[in-house]
This record gives sequence, C-alpha cells and structure tokens, in this order.
Amino acid sequence: MVTAVRIAPDGTLSLEAPYVGEAKRSLAEVADIQGSFTLSDVSVAYGREVVIEGVDLFIPPRAVTALIGPSGCGKSTLLRCLNRMNDELGNVHVQGEISLDGQSIMGRAMDPVELRMRVGQVFQRPNPFPMSIYDNVAYGPRTQGIRRRSELDSLVEESLKGAALWEEVRKNLKKHAFELSGGQQQRLCIARALATKPEVILMDEPASALDPISTQQIEDTIAELRSSVTIVIVTHNMQQAARISDQTAFMLRESLDTPAHLIEVGDTKKIFTNPDDRRTESYITGRFG
Amino acid sequence: MTPASLTPNRRRLGRTVTTRAAEAVLRALIYICGWLCIVILLAIAAFLVYNSVRSLREAGLTTMLSGMQWYPTSDPGRFGLAPLVVGSLLVTAVALALAVPVGIAAAVYISEFSGGAVKEVSKSVIEFLAAVPSVVYGLIGVAVLIPAVKDSFGLSSGMTALTGGIVLGIMSIPTVISISEDALHAVPVELRQGSAALGNTRWQTTYKVTVPAASSGIFASVMLGLGRAIGETMAVLMLTGNAAVMPHGVLESVRTMTGTIAAEMGEVVQGGLHYSVLFTVGLVLFAITFGINLAADLVLERQQRRWRR
Repeated sequence: MVTAVRIAPDGTLSLEAPYVGEAKRSLAEVADIQGSFTLSDVSVAYGREVVIEGVDLFIPPRAVTALIGPSGCGKSTLLRCLNRMNDELGNVHVQGEISLDGQSIMGRAMDPVELRMRVGQVFQRPNPFPMSIYDNVAYGPRTQGIRRRSELDSLVEESLKGAALWEEVRKNLKKHAFELSGGQQQRLCIARALATKPEVILMDEPASALDPISTQQIEDTIAELRSSVTIVIVTHNMQQAARISDQTAFMLRESLDTPAHLIEVGDTKKIFTNPDDRRTESYITGRFG
Repeated sequence: MTPASLTPNRRRLGRTVTTRAAEAVLRALIYICGWLCIVILLAIAAFLVYNSVRSLREAGLTTMLSGMQWYPTSDPGRFGLAPLVVGSLLVTAVALALAVPVGIAAAVYISEFSGGAVKEVSKSVIEFLAAVPSVVYGLIGVAVLIPAVKDSFGLSSGMTALTGGIVLGIMSIPTVISISEDALHAVPVELRQGSAALGNTRWQTTYKVTVPAASSGIFASVMLGLGRAIGETMAVLMLTGNAAVMPHGVLESVRTMTGTIAAEMGEVVQGGLHYSVLFTVGLVLFAITFGINLAADLVLERQQRRWRR
C-alpha cells in the first residue's frame, strides 16, 4: 500500500496529526510533486450556522485520501472547499487557510475558475453534458483554448484511457453521452475531469449511484490514477475507503447543535486496524452511523 | 386468540353500492370534462369548415389563397387572401425579430444570473405584462409609436407593418421569457456544476451547456410567441393602417387576417359569400396556429422525455 511516507523518504514526515507544520516543511523537499493540499483551522458556515470547525489536514500529493463519516457530517462540504464550489452555492462562508502546493486558494488569492482547472471534480450522480462522448471529454480543454483537432484527439484518447473507458467507446466517440450506461457515464465524467490535466481530482461518492460491477470499475480506475494525480474521495462505503485509499480522515458531528470536527486522520491501514480514537473505532466497526 | 376488537368487520369495510356508484359517476364526470376540450376543438374546426363551404365551392381555396386582390365589396367581389396572409406573416416576422432576442436574453438573465428578489419580482412583472389587455398596448402604440415611426422614416403615415410588429413583439416577449425561463430552469443543476467544476465561468457554462440543453424548450417558446403574435387582433387593427394590398416592405401599411375578420364581420350579409370567405380566413388562421402549437408541444414533450431518464 502506498502511504504518504513515500513522499518524504527520510521518514521525518509522519502521518500522525497535526499535519500542518510538517506539511509545510515537507513542501520544500517535494516541490516537484504537485497536488498537495494543506488545510489549517478551516471552518465552514452555512449562513450563521457553523457546520465544520477547526479542520487541520494535510492531503498528500499523488495518493488517495478518503473522507469518511456519517451522513451530514460535512464531508462533501469540506470537499467543495478544495475547488471553491461552495462559492457557487452562495451563503457559504469558509474561514481558515487552505493552500494548494503552498499557494493559498482562499478569497482573492485565487481565481476559482482557474483553481477548478487544476482541481477537477466528479459528482455523486453521473452528469455528462447532453452532447457526444468526444465533446464531453473535449469540453474542458476547449475552455482552456485548445482548438487544434489533433491535440484534442490525443487529449480525448488519453483521458478516456485514463478513465478505463477507451476500449468500450473508441469506435463510438460521436455517440451521444446519454446512450452510455450509468457506470460508463461516470467514467466519462472522470475522463472529462482528467482532460484538463488537473493536479487533483475530488470525488463525491462517485460510485454511490452505481451497481457493484460499475463500482468495481470505478475503483479500478482510481487505483490506476493514484500514481499520477491526487485523489480526494468522499465515501459512505467503509470497505471502499479501506480498499482504495492511502490516507483516511474521519469526520463526525457529535450532535446537531455542534459543528463537525475532524476526529482522526492517518494511514488507512492504521485507521481501519488500530485507530487512536474511540469514536473512530465505533464508527468503523459499525456501532453507529 | 385474536382480540375481538382486531377482527375485521367485513360488512363495514367493504365497498358498498353507494361508494361504487359515486365513484362511477365521478369518473364519468372527469372523463366528460377531459373529452370536452377535444370536442370543443373539433367543433370549432367543423364550424369553420361548415361556414366556409359556400366560399370554397364558389371561389375555390387555391384561387383565394393565390389571389392578390382583396375587393370583397366590388361586384363581383374579389377574394384574394394572399395580401392578408402576407400581411400577417410580415407583422409576425417583425414581432419575432424583436421578441426572440430580447425574450431569450431576458430569460437567460432571470434564470442564470439574477438572484433572490430580482428574480421573484421580474417573474411576477412578466406574468403581469402577459395579462395587460392588447387594446392597452394598442393605445400606447397609437400615442407613441405611430408618430415615432412616421418621423424617423419620414413617412406620410406611421401606420405600418413595422409599427404593428413592434407592439406585437412587445406583447409576445412575456410568452417567450416565461417558457424559455421554464426550460432553462429545468436543466439539471448538476450540469451547471459539472461545467463550473471544469473551470468555466458562469457565462461560458450558460452558452456552452445550459442554453443548448434547453434549446428545444426555447424553440417551443418561440413557437408559442409566434402563435400569440399571429393570432393577435386588436393591437394590429389599431396600428397597421389596414390597407389590404400586397406590401413591399415593413414600412407600408398592411392588413392582417385577424384584422380583416374583426373589421369586416360587422358589415357582411349573414350567409353571403363575403361572410363565408371571412370564415375561410378564420380557417386558414386556425390551421396555422394549430400547426404551430402542435409543433411546439411535440418539441416540449421531447425535451421532457430527455430529462426523465
């Protein structure tokens, strides 16, 4: 299993919380590796209601980080902080500091539109655009101003291969995306996200609307992508988190009047075999949630 | 042993003769109401055909449709409908040239860019605009637009196809806006988020994803706006000058099919040839609007089917 220790081979970077200080130190060493997030004291409020409080988290580059926790604990909200999609919802206030490869992505420090070219997202339900398979994948690159047919062709092929969909659709690129099955549509959405060459891909329960076989295919795709792109995945399925992630972060909202907190984060193997926190253990052993 | 209170009382719970009868009566009533609309539509068509039979027999449909001269009161009368049909189409074309771009742009603004109070207020204002009687629009046209057109083009009279078309366009805008806005609103929010997540601005998302996805609904709104424009009577009667000659441009006076019926029906002999010809005009108008509405419905239904999967 790949762990974040791989990033700092000298072993000084442990994956025990708190991450922030060590993450900042490690960045100089791993400057050539892109796609790491550092969150420090991040809080999120919907209007006046604080829903997430004081999250410190380092998301290592080119590895899979799983966010787990019961429904309503703010996993998706935290995920949306990473590509500023909360901005689209309105009335969501994010405080604290989030940086991508050491560069702040908060407020005016970063144009959210530019950020989203670097941080792609795959949604819970497949949401292909009502156009051909080819046009779906070429959508992002065209936004970036790529017009040359040959360049688009190779980007589309590369992205579809990355999402393990190429063999199934290579002869039907002109087919309408709605003719694909749900699982194929979701892999098309992964390909679409890959086509903008992002450093990070956020996945919000990408397999929850899919059957077991399609889920397996999505997980295989994630396994193939982990070496080239950072993946942050929200999942309700703990077996899935255990199977595909290198690092796991457990979030919990202990009562409806208190905001959610990050309870524990660490190497997936450790979280699932020997968690430090009693609440993490209760959750992963299925005692609540 | 089951307690006595839990044993079912079959006599009281079963369907009685009364409830069965009541249901049958109610179902029949609902059926009748549903079919009544279709019956009314067919009755209108039959009524128009019945009353146009005399003109169709004596003047002939093709002769009327291709006839260039409308002199209904000369002897023998000349019943060329072509100037009226062209008049209607010309005024409608002007109306659409105004209503389609303005209406779609307004719908895009309301659906995609405005928020909160602006959205709510503009939606109710648009509904109110659709409810203003056409004669009021006509009055404003007479007071403002006729002099304005006359002066700006140096014409002897401001009563032109352009004048009627502009007012008709303003009247059609609410229809175009509200149906287009519905179509844009029906586009799943996931598509907008998907586009935003790929680094598109809201404007890029709108023209690359949202508007194309809503295109069939927007098309239907144009068709319904067209239906509204071509069927409108009062405003065009007040503004177009009503000269029943073949127009050569939008700056000439025209007479529409609707205007002709409204203006002449009061002066004709009941059951006479002229009377019958006016029914043929109505029949042509009915066929055109029926066709437009049917096409719009089919397109709308296709759009709804697309999002249902």
